[in-house]
Amino acid sequence: MLPKQMSSPEGESPREVLLEVDQVTLRFGGVVALDDVSFTLRKGEILGLIGPNGAGKTTCFNAMTGVYRPSSGQVRFAGTQVSGRKPHQINRMGIGRTFQNIRLFPEMTALENVLVGTDARHKTSVVGALFRLYRVKAKPEELPVVDAANGAVRSWQQVRRAFARVLGISRHTLEERAGEHKALELLRFVGIADRANELARNLPYGYQRRLEIARALATEPQLLCLDEPAAGFNPAEKADLLQLIRRIRDNGYTVLLIEHDMRLVMGVTDRIVVLEFGKKIAEGTPAEVRENPKVIAAYLGVPADAA
Amino acid sequence: MNFDELFGHLGQHTVDGLAKGAIYALVALGYTLVYGVLKLINFAHSEVFMVGTFAVMGTWALLGATDGPSFGMVVLLVVAGLAAGALASGATAVAVERIAYRRLRRMNAPPLIFLITAIGLSLVLAEAFGLWQGRIVKGMPDVVRHDIWLTIGNTEISNRQIITVVAALGMMFALDRFINGTRYGRGVRAVAQNPDTAALMGVNQDRVIMLIFLLGGLLAGAAALLWSIRYGITKFDIGFLVGLKAFTAAVLGGIGNLRGALVGGLLLGVVEVYSATLTSSSWEDVAAFVVLVVVLLFRPTGLLGESLGRARA
Amino acid sequence: MTDILRKVNDSRQRVTGGIGERWRALPRWQRWLGFAAFVAFLYYLPYLGIPGLVWLRTDYISNGTNWASVLFICAVYVLVAIGLNVVVGLAGLLDLGYVGFFAVGAYSVALFGSANSPVVHMIQAQFGMPKGWAVAWAVCIPLALVLTMISGVILGWPTLRLRGDYLAIVTLGFGEIIRIVARNSEWAGAAQGINGIPGPQGAPSPDNHIFGLLDAKPWYWLALTVVLVMVFAVRRLENSRVGRAWLAIREDEDAAAVMGVHGFKFKLWAFAIGAALGGISGLLFASRQGFVEPLGFNAQLSILFVAMVVVGGSGNMAGVALGAFLLAYLPERFRDFNNVRVLVFGLALVLVMLLRPQGLIPSRRRARELKDRAEEAPVNVA
Repeated sequence: MLPKQMSSPEGESPREVLLEVDQVTLRFGGVVALDDVSFTLRKGEILGLIGPNGAGKTTCFNAMTGVYRPSSGQVRFAGTQVSGRKPHQINRMGIGRTFQNIRLFPEMTALENVLVGTDARHKTSVVGALFRLYRVKAKPEELPVVDAANGAVRSWQQVRRAFARVLGISRHTLEERAGEHKALELLRFVGIADRANELARNLPYGYQRRLEIARALATEPQLLCLDEPAAGFNPAEKADLLQLIRRIRDNGYTVLLIEHDMRLVMGVTDRIVVLEFGKKIAEGTPAEVRENPKVIAAYLGVPADAA
Repeated sequence: MNFDELFGHLGQHTVDGLAKGAIYALVALGYTLVYGVLKLINFAHSEVFMVGTFAVMGTWALLGATDGPSFGMVVLLVVAGLAAGALASGATAVAVERIAYRRLRRMNAPPLIFLITAIGLSLVLAEAFGLWQGRIVKGMPDVVRHDIWLTIGNTEISNRQIITVVAALGMMFALDRFINGTRYGRGVRAVAQNPDTAALMGVNQDRVIMLIFLLGGLLAGAAALLWSIRYGITKFDIGFLVGLKAFTAAVLGGIGNLRGALVGGLLLGVVEVYSATLTSSSWEDVAAFVVLVVVLLFRPTGLLGESLGRARA
Repeated sequence: MTDILRKVNDSRQRVTGGIGERWRALPRWQRWLGFAAFVAFLYYLPYLGIPGLVWLRTDYISNGTNWASVLFICAVYVLVAIGLNVVVGLAGLLDLGYVGFFAVGAYSVALFGSANSPVVHMIQAQFGMPKGWAVAWAVCIPLALVLTMISGVILGWPTLRLRGDYLAIVTLGFGEIIRIVARNSEWAGAAQGINGIPGPQGAPSPDNHIFGLLDAKPWYWLALTVVLVMVFAVRRLENSRVGRAWLAIREDEDAAAVMGVHGFKFKLWAFAIGAALGGISGLLFASRQGFVEPLGFNAQLSILFVAMVVVGGSGNMAGVALGAFLLAYLPERFRDFNNVRVLVFGLALVLVMLLRPQGLIPSRRRARELKDRAEEAPVNVA
């Protein structure tokens, strides 16, 4: 099953703070994309990040995952500063994300896309991949498979098994196999395993969105940031996605979700942060945010003092 | 390092460098125009220049040029040379765009394919001339006899140097006026900033692109004339070094920035002459490469920054 | 004009197009057998006497170059192509200064292995070695590897963050800087270069029975063996997390970074590996030739190297090997061709880019990539 994250023991509150966005400001030349934004995220919760178009939600993601560097302020993950680090380092530290405009590797298959994610946690180095000298003792289920489809067991495969029993298998091979195993698991988890060997660019739109999620999960993050995962979905697909997000959280992940669909957001999130023009204008439970006049004004343009 | 020689004749070396650099500047304009609009390094531009020099040589031979002709003859040769060079270079540049680059644009080819094609074209043109004209240095008569026109202190400024710098500045000024003052120039700037929007506004992209290649070619042709006056030689492969140095000049000044090409060219010329004086002439070419590498590593936007799109050309 | 060429290409496509697919459809063991047979044929090549194929030999024509010598050069160029393919085809970095690594490898064995080298003279003076002493040929190999990999890292470290076309120009600049430094430096032999470069049996002498001047066959077999080992090694890397990372970086470097792929590290490794392969080929080349001179390592050769990779089919080892073979073989077999060699290759480069940018034997991905781009091309507003 999906690798479970360590969940905090029952009844212990408050839950540990996982992510702190601390007075982050981000400027592009004259434009202030994020203006003194602060919020925290606790382990195991699903936080929604909403706001009208151009509010700075994706920019916030980018600041958190190292794509941009904040002009001032800090982002801290599990107590350690991440702002200013390189994206791949931040990913190692435990933040994974999807993209608003789907950035899969188009010429790779779905499986290969996820494998890139699993590689992130593997230890084989470039030298190790070349020389494969670092050997580990192989467990029986890790030994080369004999061809069962044929019925007949080929002799050279028996020889391979014997060798592997004695010499062990290289860490490279072990990690490759484990990676494939896990990748298929993830594809099954998000529901697209039937098209694992198709090119990403040929997959239907819904599959592509879910593939992005599978790929992000493959990097074994503690925090999963989803950027408009339901964009372009019909209501049935959105319902499925809601279930998927819940399942992800149930497996111990923390989720930060950017979405425009209010029903989805209200239905799945524990708390919501609202941005407008780069500033945080509200924060609270879905019920609180829904009634907040500033939020209503931001979305509907009704003056805040009109009832 | 021969500092005495350098500082003893600083003025002279500076003037020499500026005159040298003016030619680089004119060729650099071709690189910068194309890069500013298409984001493409037109490798073949070096051969566009080379073709111009052969055109000048051929024209002078046709008109029976000899060393130190009469004044009237000089004027004729210069004008004819300019026309021939500009025409030949302009035609080559446009042909390259029409035959190769346009097709690649239609194919929506990735940028590296453009670059590789440009390299291939450069090879083809150089080799073609090498086979046709021979792989030897071709000499030209001394059309503008070397003469010192100005002496300031221990600095002697020759007629050729004055002609070169004045011509380069003049053409730079004309180009500037064209880009900023005419509707064609506006079209160029529009396409440089945002090709799709420009197209929606009725700007014919293909025509604008052909125009910038033509302009670059004409300027390279002019540079070819000045080169012929100054050096009196050409060879099938001079394109490589001159082109690379001109490109360095464009990058130094800020690729995509027309004034940058001028500044970069002049500056590079001076740097080259200074380094050759300090070390020896065999290290002269390295100066350009080192400048190129250093600029690209530490200040890739160049001295004046990328800005063909902006009104300040 | 281009339409005619396209029709030619289409008919060629119909004949040979299915071959790749059919080959891959064969069961594993049959492909292995086929490959083994092919390798055996390669080793046999110097003796090529099969009636229908004899005309392929370069010494078929009178005064033709020694066949095994040509095969040796082919093998060296194939090695260059494989190394450059790692940089250009796998990691997607256009390196126009690859001849620099080739030169470093050649000069490594020249500077340290030849008794006539100024560097060796310096060492002799410093450590009191006898006059004919030089570093053993076998020791020059790891030396060349180290030196080229270091130069690869030195070149790559500051430049890999540059944009594609800028990277290309900077590498070109570096290659030229190396050549000019070699030309101007006394310790590197200056313009005359260095001679007396040893082979596997030591300094050039008539006593060298196997790796001598006359018989090029052992040289060819040595080079061929190195090529096969390197092909195997690169394949291994391709089919591992390293190859995946390179592909991810080529497709979308920023997305890959967010998925934990350290772009810079893998690109630098590609550079280092490419450099190492370039260095080994340079070493082999210099060992057989017996001398090096700066003129032989110019920018044009760099560009020809890129041409053979791109024309052959970058990203695909069979393709680039074909490109390399053509570049080395054609000028020798068709002697009058030598004059127009560069012109033809430039032309081939342009035509291939315009008509078949994925190369002669494309990697499947590359072919798909380019076709998909063409289909997405916006309709031009005339």
